[in-house]
Amino acid sequence: MDLNDEGSHFELKEIQTLSGHTDRVWSLAWNPATGTDDTQPVIASCSGDKTVRIWERSALTRSWDCKAVLEETHTRTVRSCTWSPSGKLLATASFDATTAIWENVGGDFQCVSTLEGHENEVKSVSWNASESLLATCSRDKTVWIWEVMPGNEFECASVLQGHTQDVKMVKWHPTMDILFSCSYDNTIKVVWAEDDTGDWHCIQTIGESSNGHSSTVWAISFNAEGNKMVTCSDDLTLKVWEADIEGMRSGDDQVLWKHISTLTGYHDRTIFSVHWSREGIIASGAADDAIRFFVESKDSAVVGPSYRLLLKKEKAHDMDVNVVQWSPGENRVLASASDDGTIKIWELATNST
Amino acid sequence: MTLGLINANPIVHAKKERVARCEDSHCCDAVDPLDIYDFVRDIRDPEHPYSLEQLSVLSEESISVDDKLGRILITFTPTIQHCSMATVIGLCLRVKLQECFPPHYKVDIKVSPGSHADEEAVNKQLNDKERIAAALENPNLRQLVDECLYSNEL
Repeated sequence: MDLNDEGSHFELKEIQTLSGHTDRVWSLAWNPATGTDDTQPVIASCSGDKTVRIWERSALTRSWDCKAVLEETHTRTVRSCTWSPSGKLLATASFDATTAIWENVGGDFQCVSTLEGHENEVKSVSWNASESLLATCSRDKTVWIWEVMPGNEFECASVLQGHTQDVKMVKWHPTMDILFSCSYDNTIKVVWAEDDTGDWHCIQTIGESSNGHSSTVWAISFNAEGNKMVTCSDDLTLKVWEADIEGMRSGDDQVLWKHISTLTGYHDRTIFSVHWSREGIIASGAADDAIRFFVESKDSAVVGPSYRLLLKKEKAHDMDVNVVQWSPGENRVLASASDDGTIKIWELATNST
Repeated sequence: MTLGLINANPIVHAKKERVARCEDSHCCDAVDPLDIYDFVRDIRDPEHPYSLEQLSVLSEESISVDDKLGRILITFTPTIQHCSMATVIGLCLRVKLQECFPPHYKVDIKVSPGSHADEEAVNKQLNDKERIAAALENPNLRQLVDECLYSNEL
């Protein structure tokens, strides 16, 4: 396979630039129910211009168009957006301290619920795999877990106060109801509730003493199997972690995530985003305007997994890259967004020379 | 309002004599520290009716530029060790530079080593892009920043 062939040459081809937002684009999300078979891919993006934009690729022209602008709801920057696993709902987190839930009602996106409670800016929102739970986090240092009730009602199930600083991102494990959060306090926390007790508590804090990051941790991403995760930080490194997934599945709350690799020396400015593709390619977006790709290296001289740089795309954007997200439908297609106000769609292709 | 100033008696220095800069914009394509200093030296201190230059919070030596990479580093010296206005000064510097320089310039702002009791914590906050963005959306803070930047213009 070409990823293992260290002689293969890759290039990142720009497919299209999506313009429209009038301020920096903080985040984006591919609708997971689209982009396969006969449905056209859809992306939601959110911005400092207080709006969320919905983009769809035309079946006829293969060109991306802006289908909707979700405005007049959030009163401040929209920091993060994420679709529910079924693709039916979109959650948006804002500096206005609220999280809005949107539903596509006959082509028209309507705000069907507003989650309040955080004391200040909400930074991130995440749905669990079965769509029964939502998590949000904020500069108020807390992580909230919400239960999804019938009729688009949301009930707060837990308010977690473990982090000592601004919480930057929350992310549910891809298959299990285990919640991960990362923070300005440099740590990553792992939270779960035993069975259906609803008693959510922290079962692990990954800090500097466990080979953790030495500055703000901005993002977390899991591999397809869910037994590894990669984190990115203001400390200029990516770190890869591994856990015994079978142990976790059988309900063992003593299972710990262990450090297996630190990718250092590749980035010289803050790394804001990292995303692990189904195929195993790790993409990173950083404050030096570049996008980088890493894969596991089959280096027999090193004991244990190691990672190598597959490709560095300099000047991917004119300003900081805030987010990178692989397409769930198409192979090796990536979307990125930047402080320059644009979203770019890319294809990672092999250069046949 | 001047009640309860953090540093009621700052030391005020004379403004440094300004060297005439070349008028032809073409001969000054490369950005140098003095170009940057000229934009920030007159920013008013949040607490006192003096410029950052007059209070020795900033000097030309506290600015370094890598024009090729497009990186600017500014260090500033708060007037006292426990200055809680440090983050406001940092915001003022950032907003001013954003206005004067093309967006691709990366700006890092730090307090000069040993000049603040919580140096590491302050530096971290001064350079967290998300925190800066949120702070500038706060109308009270924004107003204070605008006063520091524009009060000289009348």
